[in-house]
Amino acid sequence: MSGKTLYDKLWDEHVVRTEEDGTALLYIDRHLVHEVTSPQAFEGLRLAGRKPWRTDAVLAVPDHNVPTTDRSQGIQDPVSRIQVETLDRNCREFGITEFPMNDIRQGIVHVIGPEEGFTLPGMTVVCGDSHTSTHGAFGALAFGIGTSEVEHVLATQCLIQKKMKNMRVTVRGQVGPGVTAKDIVLAIIGEIGTAGGTGHAIEFAGEAIRALSMEGRMTVCNMAIEAGARAGMIAVDDTTIDYVHGRPWAPKGELWERAVAHWKTLHSDPDAVFDTEVVIEAADIRPQVTWGTSPEMVIPIDGRIPDPADESDAVKADGMRKALEYMGLEPGTPISEVAVDKVFIGSCTNSRIEDLRAAAAVVKGRKVAPGVKLAMVVPGSGLVKQQAEEEGLHEIFLEAGFEWREPGCSMCLAMNADRLEPGERCASTSNRNFEGRQGQGGRTHLVSPAMAAAAAIAGHFVDAREFAEEAAA
Amino acid sequence: MKPFKRVEGLVVPLDRPNVDTDAIIPKQYLKSVKRTGFGPNLFDDWRYLDPGEPGMDHSKRRPNPDFVLNQPRYQGAEILLARENFGCGSSREHAVWALTDYGIRSVIAPSFADIFYNNSFKNGLLPIVLDEQTVDRLFREVEANEGYRLTIDLEAQTLTTPSGEVIPFEVDAFRRYCLLNGLDDIGLTLQHADEIRAYEARRRQEAPWLFEGVE
Ligand code: SF4
Repeated sequence: MSGKTLYDKLWDEHVVRTEEDGTALLYIDRHLVHEVTSPQAFEGLRLAGRKPWRTDAVLAVPDHNVPTTDRSQGIQDPVSRIQVETLDRNCREFGITEFPMNDIRQGIVHVIGPEEGFTLPGMTVVCGDSHTSTHGAFGALAFGIGTSEVEHVLATQCLIQKKMKNMRVTVRGQVGPGVTAKDIVLAIIGEIGTAGGTGHAIEFAGEAIRALSMEGRMTVCNMAIEAGARAGMIAVDDTTIDYVHGRPWAPKGELWERAVAHWKTLHSDPDAVFDTEVVIEAADIRPQVTWGTSPEMVIPIDGRIPDPADESDAVKADGMRKALEYMGLEPGTPISEVAVDKVFIGSCTNSRIEDLRAAAAVVKGRKVAPGVKLAMVVPGSGLVKQQAEEEGLHEIFLEAGFEWREPGCSMCLAMNADRLEPGERCASTSNRNFEGRQGQGGRTHLVSPAMAAAAAIAGHFVDAREFAEEAAA
Repeated sequence: MKPFKRVEGLVVPLDRPNVDTDAIIPKQYLKSVKRTGFGPNLFDDWRYLDPGEPGMDHSKRRPNPDFVLNQPRYQGAEILLARENFGCGSSREHAVWALTDYGIRSVIAPSFADIFYNNSFKNGLLPIVLDEQTVDRLFREVEANEGYRLTIDLEAQTLTTPSGEVIPFEVDAFRRYCLLNGLDDIGLTLQHADEIRAYEARRRQEAPWLFEGVE
């Protein structure tokens, strides 16, 4: 018998029972809750007269609707305010721990889980949010669920699941200097497509992945869903354990030792077999920019906008034409000639301290280009913001002409006041370039924090590595 | 949940791949704390020429005559024919609620995004996966024949076309059972409460750090 994959191990440890057709009842260790996908679930509990199974496994935070400017006046938009207040009320009623809007620990749900040590290796972690895959960076089985499933987990601490297939994406060798986790994951999605991982749990492996910090690994796993996979994961190693050590909810003392001993087993066995294997050469990856309305529509910074006429698949070519029209781009244009109106550095993909440091390194001593209407930095959590301020990063951004905001999802999906106007073009460190994602008619180009910062300074897309070289020279 | 047994309905074709959940129901409508009322905003950005916000009277907005759902021949459609990777993107169940609220009972596509696929079953919406050639052929037939209707029989796991052709489809036994009977799966799971407790007791021994509370 062949060995087990990391996913097999995590799955097996959490199965409560299995039906004849393979459907399993899977135990959930951690449940994160935010204001958008939970109200109907709490309402369902109430209507059925049910109580949460285990309140100590649940952590709630408002993030999607919260304003990123002055919060002392509360939330201006009445509809957003009702949703956030509904979360506050539900948490009080059902006895769930919440970091409310003005708590220093408040932030994007996928930033605060790991930051608090709420997410630990070997756990099953769910949230009514597709980017829950982020937490897989810790060698956890983490995936997004719908609202009915949120209610199901609240009521039973379990989910009804079918096992997914195993896929491994190996990034072989090392990336060049200035090539980041975001570039790696965009290149992977460009290679396998947005449906490439559908039905699979993806394990990211290889030297280039091992070399990433936890922040970088979270960026990669965050976008597993953009490759179609509900769950992305990375094996536990010393980087993982060092990050977790000392976090508020990480185990302590003798329990820590026991936990670490177990966590060290959380990797695929050498003889494990994957249903699908993909290998990518790290040395080939250059800084990436998306040009279309799907994350798979991506090219390197020295590339040109592709021509639908060169695409043989008619459905795909049509999709490309619609994307070009929406994005207001012509085939053959070098992406470095495309000017941006706004720049957004934030989201659960890239709003951690390392991301802000990378952006600040590019921005330092420079100014936002006059053509750029708005450049903003939205830290992932209150604690990230605090740390950045201790390091003086906010001053670098403010001096350059960036806005320095309060934590939340912000212009990643524009449910609050931060949004693009129709036709505006944005360099964004978020994860989705779908039509209207950042505001109706808005045009999103996904990039790394360094690339977004460089675009803000140049006024158009540019290879961030040029700035790094200048700074070093 | 409304049981799903047999549906005989008009088919509307949505001919684009990777239709994402942001397109199915744009984010401004996610601020609702209810499960209903999303139908008028299904495919909002494509369906209307003017921008929409929650609380508007959507019947007064300007419909986009080019969008397929607005064409007279597809009014009252209950079956949506779609392309690959339908429902990709966010986990928002609002996407399914918008489809069902509009009156769609089933979506047929070569592939679905995983979370959307799951969410559908929880709301009595049947996602049917057919191979690409068959879907392609259905697109041609629907577009060529006004009033094209399909009969979906979940019990038999078949689709029947107007010409009488019968196309079989696959669906998990457990999901089919829940859908046919309109079952609430929380109730089903709670029948195994003792097993869940036994699992917890065992795990508390093996891995006590998993039960260090956050309160
Ligand atoms: S930052 Fe964006 S992708 Fe992440 S949870 Fe918030 S809205 Fe979703």
